[in-house]
Amino acid sequence: MNIHAIKTIYKYEMLRAWETLLQSFASPVITTSLYFVVFGSAIGTRIQQIEGVPYGSFIVPGLIMLALLTQSTANASFGIFLPKFTGAIYEIMSAPISFIEILIGYVGAAATKSFIIGLIILLTAGFFVPLKIAHPFWMLGFLILTCITFSLLGFIIGLWANNFEKLQLIPLLIITPLVFLGGSFYSVDMLPPAWQTITLFNPVVYLISGFRWSFFEVADVSVGLSLSMIVLFMLTCLAIVWWMFKTGYRLRQ
Amino acid sequence: MGKSARPGNSLGVQTIISISNVSKTYASGHQALKDLSLDIRRGEILALLGPNGAGKTTLISIICGIVNATTGTVTVDGHDIVADFRTTRSMIGLVPQELTLGAFEKVINTLRFSRGLFGKKQDDVYLEQLLKNLSLWDKRNNPIMSLSGGMKRRVLIGKALAHEPTVLFLDEPTAGVDVELRKDMWALIRRLRESGVTIILTTHYIEEAEGIADRVGVINRGELLLLDAKHSIMHTLGKKQLHIELEQAIASLPSTLSDWGLELSSDGSQLTFTYDPHNAGSGIAGLLEAVSDAGLVLKDVNTSQSTLEEIFVNLVKETL
Repeated sequence: MNIHAIKTIYKYEMLRAWETLLQSFASPVITTSLYFVVFGSAIGTRIQQIEGVPYGSFIVPGLIMLALLTQSTANASFGIFLPKFTGAIYEIMSAPISFIEILIGYVGAAATKSFIIGLIILLTAGFFVPLKIAHPFWMLGFLILTCITFSLLGFIIGLWANNFEKLQLIPLLIITPLVFLGGSFYSVDMLPPAWQTITLFNPVVYLISGFRWSFFEVADVSVGLSLSMIVLFMLTCLAIVWWMFKTGYRLRQ
Repeated sequence: MGKSARPGNSLGVQTIISISNVSKTYASGHQALKDLSLDIRRGEILALLGPNGAGKTTLISIICGIVNATTGTVTVDGHDIVADFRTTRSMIGLVPQELTLGAFEKVINTLRFSRGLFGKKQDDVYLEQLLKNLSLWDKRNNPIMSLSGGMKRRVLIGKALAHEPTVLFLDEPTAGVDVELRKDMWALIRRLRESGVTIILTTHYIEEAEGIADRVGVINRGELLLLDAKHSIMHTLGKKQLHIELEQAIASLPSTLSDWGLELSSDGSQLTFTYDPHNAGSGIAGLLEAVSDAGLVLKDVNTSQSTLEEIFVNLVKETL
């Protein structure tokens, strides 16, 4: 295994985030803080507790997930799309590095960035609402799995996209709506029965439910099902990446 | 070129890259390479000449691992480029035709990235020397976007050399650069060869091949039309012409000169005789005597030799 190459890609991608510090880290934190101000302080004071959890605290896991999912996909997709766009991908393709090593470098860096953002948002949330994490290891586990899974999805989008419009298409038109409709700001139980059934087809529901359970021990679906769904989603992404690498999809003619 | 032949292979010469019956057909159906075989010698400068779309870039992209060959095999120093890609790619550096560089990155960082990507430990002493050799040391902390086109091309060469390769591919290294920079680039290529690096460059500038290459290969429509030492090509395919200027213009060739295959200029003042300089019986003396016997008075006589460009143009024309 070409460890030097993996480290090089990883460091390069992390350095890119560091050099665009405001965009990479400050922007998601500011956005999430605004959500806390609007939903937690302004609206939250008028909403009853949900399943015994104050509304301001209840939305914390959903807001972290919102940032994680969008940041993971954006970071990973842009990371591999950029060298494709500039033509610098030739160097990666001609280097003594396997596709798996390329994947570890790019997805590892994107997942790390998202993980850091998730932790920063968690700390920021502590300034706005009282927080208690019932199962910290489960919380970290969900956090890491989600970062990796959605970074894999972002990597797939970055390989698939051949222009900037496509790069933004899935995150804006699919991921963000799914997160908003996935119980970030409410419990699925609050929806009419028909919508509850429809909601169960949204994979993000399982992520947010499991993540919220690790904080407050309240969940829309069982934690085992949440974990199974995220692992299934990760395996699906890995299978797609494997196929893309095997066929050289949009990388090697 | 015969399909089973091994162009470039001869006794006593070490082969570093062996290309055997390589074909490439893209998904669009375009056949870029047709059963091409070629041996590249260790330590040489090989120029691959060909018009745009001849298949030169496809060939080097296959060797470097960027494009998959449809059929055929390539070995680098005896290692297969597919089965043993880590070994072969570690030995190769590639300078692409396009200036594919990040805009905001610092020069030194992009070289460090290249070195790491090829599995080499960071070695800032080596990179410092490399940048000095490329006259880029004082620009090491500059963002790439602040560099001139010529400097960017040198950065690309630096990136290709960052992992200390033994084979360097230069795809159209002087495309779009001014004459002075082109000469600098040639000097740099010669220095690299002296340090033991095998250099393969693609070009459609004949002057470039003529100026620096040890051997020249001509590719057109995916086929290798010719591969030989530059001087051998000139020797084998080069023609000489004898131009005879007449004191008085004539309307037509005298019948006694009709067997000599002479060309009469449109104004009737010059006769041109094309001959093989390596053929002992070219008959120049006999021709001059026949011209005199025909009653023509000579004003001046001079000779010219075909250039590599003329040879190249004729070769490419023949395949159209």
